[in-house]
Amino acid sequence: MSVAACAAPEKQADTTTESGVDAATATSAEDFGGMDELVKAAQDEGELNVIALPPDWANYAEIISTFEDTYDIEVNSDQPDAASQDEINAANDLKGTDRAPDVFDLGQSVALANTDMFAPYQVETFDDIPAEFKDPDGLWVNDYGGYMSIGYDSAKVPDVTSVQDLLGPEFKGKVALNGDPTQAGAAFSGVMMAAIANGGSADDIAPGVDFFAELKQAGNFLTVDPDSGTIEQGTTPVVIDWDYLGSAAAANVDTWKTVVPEEAVVAGYYFQAINADAPHPAAARLWQEFLYSDEGQNLWLKGGARPVRGDQMAEDGTIDADLWEALPEVTGDPVIPTDDQTTTAGEYLAANWSKAIR
Amino acid sequence: MVGAFQDGDGRPTLGNLDALTSDAALSALKGSLVLSATTALIGAALGALLAYLVVSLPTQSLLRRTTLAISGVLAQFGGVVLAFAWIATIGSVGIVTKAMDSAFGVDLYGSGWLFDLPGLVVVYAYFQIPLMVIVFAPAFEGLRPQWREAAVNLGASTWDYWRHVALPLLTPAFLGALLLLFANAFAAYATAAVLVSQGQPIVPLLIRQAITSEVLLGQANVGFALALEMIVVVTLVMVAYNLLLKRTSRWMR
Repeated sequence: MSVAACAAPEKQADTTTESGVDAATATSAEDFGGMDELVKAAQDEGELNVIALPPDWANYAEIISTFEDTYDIEVNSDQPDAASQDEINAANDLKGTDRAPDVFDLGQSVALANTDMFAPYQVETFDDIPAEFKDPDGLWVNDYGGYMSIGYDSAKVPDVTSVQDLLGPEFKGKVALNGDPTQAGAAFSGVMMAAIANGGSADDIAPGVDFFAELKQAGNFLTVDPDSGTIEQGTTPVVIDWDYLGSAAAANVDTWKTVVPEEAVVAGYYFQAINADAPHPAAARLWQEFLYSDEGQNLWLKGGARPVRGDQMAEDGTIDADLWEALPEVTGDPVIPTDDQTTTAGEYLAANWSKAIR
Repeated sequence: MVGAFQDGDGRPTLGNLDALTSDAALSALKGSLVLSATTALIGAALGALLAYLVVSLPTQSLLRRTTLAISGVLAQFGGVVLAFAWIATIGSVGIVTKAMDSAFGVDLYGSGWLFDLPGLVVVYAYFQIPLMVIVFAPAFEGLRPQWREAAVNLGASTWDYWRHVALPLLTPAFLGALLLLFANAFAAYATAAVLVSQGQPIVPLLIRQAITSEVLLGQANVGFALALEMIVVVTLVMVAYNLLLKRTSRWMR
């Protein structure tokens, strides 16, 4: 074994499975000769590298452990708190090593800017996924989404019904935003939500920045980066974040409530893709099959996220109905900023955000 | 460093250096300079005082050895651990915050100053003061008793001795240590990265934004330019430090 490794100078990693399939170019389970063969090929690899999947984000802890138990494949979860761009950076830095990430879970702008790094793949349930949520070849597929929400500890602050409520004196030093909007997609959408609530739009994020400036002025804006830990400690009693992250917090804080403000409904989906240079290409593909299976979709739902096949599954009766109906109520037309709108708003934030909250 | 002069596709450009004059970059530079200068001054003043007290103790004194040993540890006690130690102490639900609130009704936490520049000043002082003790104690030790005796023999009072002999000897070492502290704070990253998540008030955090942002893509080269800016500042500080060191070392053999 080691002799063979030494003998081959600079040889491309061998991704051919025992049954003679090149896992790295397979675009469906069919290419392996069916799911059973795919499972076998993945088990031969034995490992899967994932990155930037926080255990308390959309139920990833359970998703990972269920995958490990079902297929007896070890999942190496690297840098759980990293941002989307970190995933791409890691894939570039670790390219050619067996530590490179096999799969990505990315925010919209990072995903669309890096499609040349993805391997096209169509899961068995591909046709179930609405066309606007996937690349036609399966280069990327939206995995789960949610709405921008205000989560709060109802034991510490009065009930929140609108974005404007947060300016009240009861919220002094209590309102946190999940990340810096010039860096993190979730925080960016939070500012977008504030913009829409204050007369702005997807094209005009300025009122959102002004709102946070006002919030800072009132002494209400907390510059702590919230996560389920700070929520449990009570450091961040009010958190502007995706609704599914609020439901993760609710698991540990009984008095935690999550509202999607009806005057400003902002939606966002994450993007799932396979690294074209995945060191475990078969495992990466099996992971996709698992995520888009009924079981995987229901696990996301359990974390409060809206799985991309949710509507179809609700029709088929395969969704976990209790969880599906327990999602925060949303009224009105959701805004999903386009890539161009995101870029324009990002530039505005780069120039104005740090001034606004100083 | 080459990356500072390239655009996203590797073509040469000066555009990244232009980005250094943007509002965000300038205010981060200002934040960094203010933070480094403030914590260097606080660290140097308190550290020098502590170093003097320690060095006045007999060489074998347990207190002296303990203080120096602890300083050695604390000077390296930066980063994530330090940040969490402070959050646990004076964060919104920190031990001291709660105690002060229940005992005196004092709101130590306010609207979260710990997570902004003022918080960084306090937290940085925690490793700046011990660092000063370590680098400055040898300067006190270098003051030979003979010089004092000589001065006294020539009729000098304690004040005259300090004014004309000790202070002039110590000044270059003090300024040198001040510069070292400045550079130390200027380059610190991990502590700030944990504490401050909004607005990127200092340059290292702005570099983080440039290379990891998922909202503003293709900023990596601006990050290189910012790093270059930091290198320039630290180089200037180190050159000044070396000049001072040369001056001091004449007396410290």
